[in-house]
Amino acid sequence: MVNLLANVGVWWLEILQRVGRGFLFFIQILTGLPALLMRPGLLIKELYSVGVLSLTIILVSGLFVGMVLGLQFFMTLSRFGAESALSVTVNLTLLRELGPVVTALLFAGRAGSALTAEIGLMKTTEQLSGMEMMAVDPVHRVIAPRFLASVIAMPLLAVLFSVVGILSAWFIGAGLLGVDSGSFWAQMQTSVDWYNDAMNGIYKSIVFGIVVAWIAVFEGYDTIPTSEGVGRATTRTVVNGSLAVLALDFILTSLMFGGI
Amino acid sequence: MEEYIVFDDVHFSRGQRKIFNGMNLAVPKGKTTAIMGPSGTGKTTLLKLIGGLLMPEQGTVHVDGKSVGQLGHDDLFTLRKSMGMLFQSGALLTDESVYENVAYPLREHTKLPEPMLRDLVSMKLEAVGLRGAIDMMPSELSGGMARRVALARSIALDPDLIMYDEPFTGLDPITMSTVVTLIKKLNDALGITSLMVSHDVAETLSIADYCHIISDGKVVVSGTPDELQQSDSEWVQQFLQGRPDGPAPFHYPTAPIAEDLGVKHG
Repeated sequence: MVNLLANVGVWWLEILQRVGRGFLFFIQILTGLPALLMRPGLLIKELYSVGVLSLTIILVSGLFVGMVLGLQFFMTLSRFGAESALSVTVNLTLLRELGPVVTALLFAGRAGSALTAEIGLMKTTEQLSGMEMMAVDPVHRVIAPRFLASVIAMPLLAVLFSVVGILSAWFIGAGLLGVDSGSFWAQMQTSVDWYNDAMNGIYKSIVFGIVVAWIAVFEGYDTIPTSEGVGRATTRTVVNGSLAVLALDFILTSLMFGGI
Repeated sequence: MEEYIVFDDVHFSRGQRKIFNGMNLAVPKGKTTAIMGPSGTGKTTLLKLIGGLLMPEQGTVHVDGKSVGQLGHDDLFTLRKSMGMLFQSGALLTDESVYENVAYPLREHTKLPEPMLRDLVSMKLEAVGLRGAIDMMPSELSGGMARRVALARSIALDPDLIMYDEPFTGLDPITMSTVVTLIKKLNDALGITSLMVSHDVAETLSIADYCHIISDGKVVVSGTPDELQQSDSEWVQQFLQGRPDGPAPFHYPTAPIAEDLGVKHG
């Protein structure tokens, strides 16, 4: 029993220690951001890596999610003769929730895992130590550009996801199932509020971008420098990043849209 | 003789394992000093303590009169600009070419124009015999070539101190003799301090001015190569001559194998 309690205590202490290290690391990253203004090339390279290279999975997912939403909402709404509400339901679902959340989950799986593996391998092969010995701070040179690029890329990808989703839902609803196209866009104009719906979705994705990027770069930097360590760190990025996104989504939704 | 690096009662552990247990050591300025010892005695750790990549639990490490553990972030990075370190693995940036790797510290710390940068990198690579590999990627290099590129990178900023972690491992005989000569020439021509960690006894003793042999977290013996070779310590002779039998155990301490296998004696 005493051993069990001791183990639980050690486990908690380790978690607290890691959280503490994570926060200190976050502060280190923030201090490295101003220097990036002098070297925009570093940021652009990472924007390509985490943003442009994530486009395929984001756009294709947006396409199918939008089509499924269009189909499902149409079938449910048509039972009550409310097909005309298809535009409102699809738009609000995508802009407020699915756009930011699904993009963040996909981002954690594609770019987040790649960031952790890349940084973890740099640590394992002593590239980060090599930089330090060349008097180059790896947090500023390697971590900060990747972090900022992720924070910038996330809302842009979320917007693209929502746009493609809305277009594909329109294609299913108006193009294939007979919903009036003019009414679809008119309803969108009247019932979607720019600030409450669109901007809040973007704010959400910025928060998700910060959290997912932070988890990804920290896991990579804090990895145990072995092949198993890098594998575990990559898994933790995807699992912890996804859980953090879902939990934060609930908190942000209740703060932004009320209800509780 | 002026001392460039001084270890004073340094204690350091990795987990439960004690690596240094009151290590005292001095490295003279402008000389080539070798650190030798059996595997796992903390030779690489020693270099990392000097570079501030690791911090001692107790005691101090002074480099050029500055206590490494007491330096702030900026001061530590300023000190590191005067150091070069050749890592055992080379530690080359794998997504950059040989040219970019050697140019890296120059780009980070100087504002030299590109043509001058190219000339400097070519000169450094010429010194290690790899000017012809300037546009290759690290993945295209053999282990020995990668180490030589890393050597060129570590001398890019003309440091006051160069630390070599196993510089001769994995090199073919021709390259090895070239690197041995290069290290000696660098030290003599530039008057820099060289600290070398190596297992290659013959090569190391041929260029070192001074040697320390460490074991069990402490310096066991120090002296010039001649003094070490004439040492009457059985331990030193076993190590220098690579004899399997002697006071230094080959096996890591553990219970007798008969116990593990469940074999009863008698």
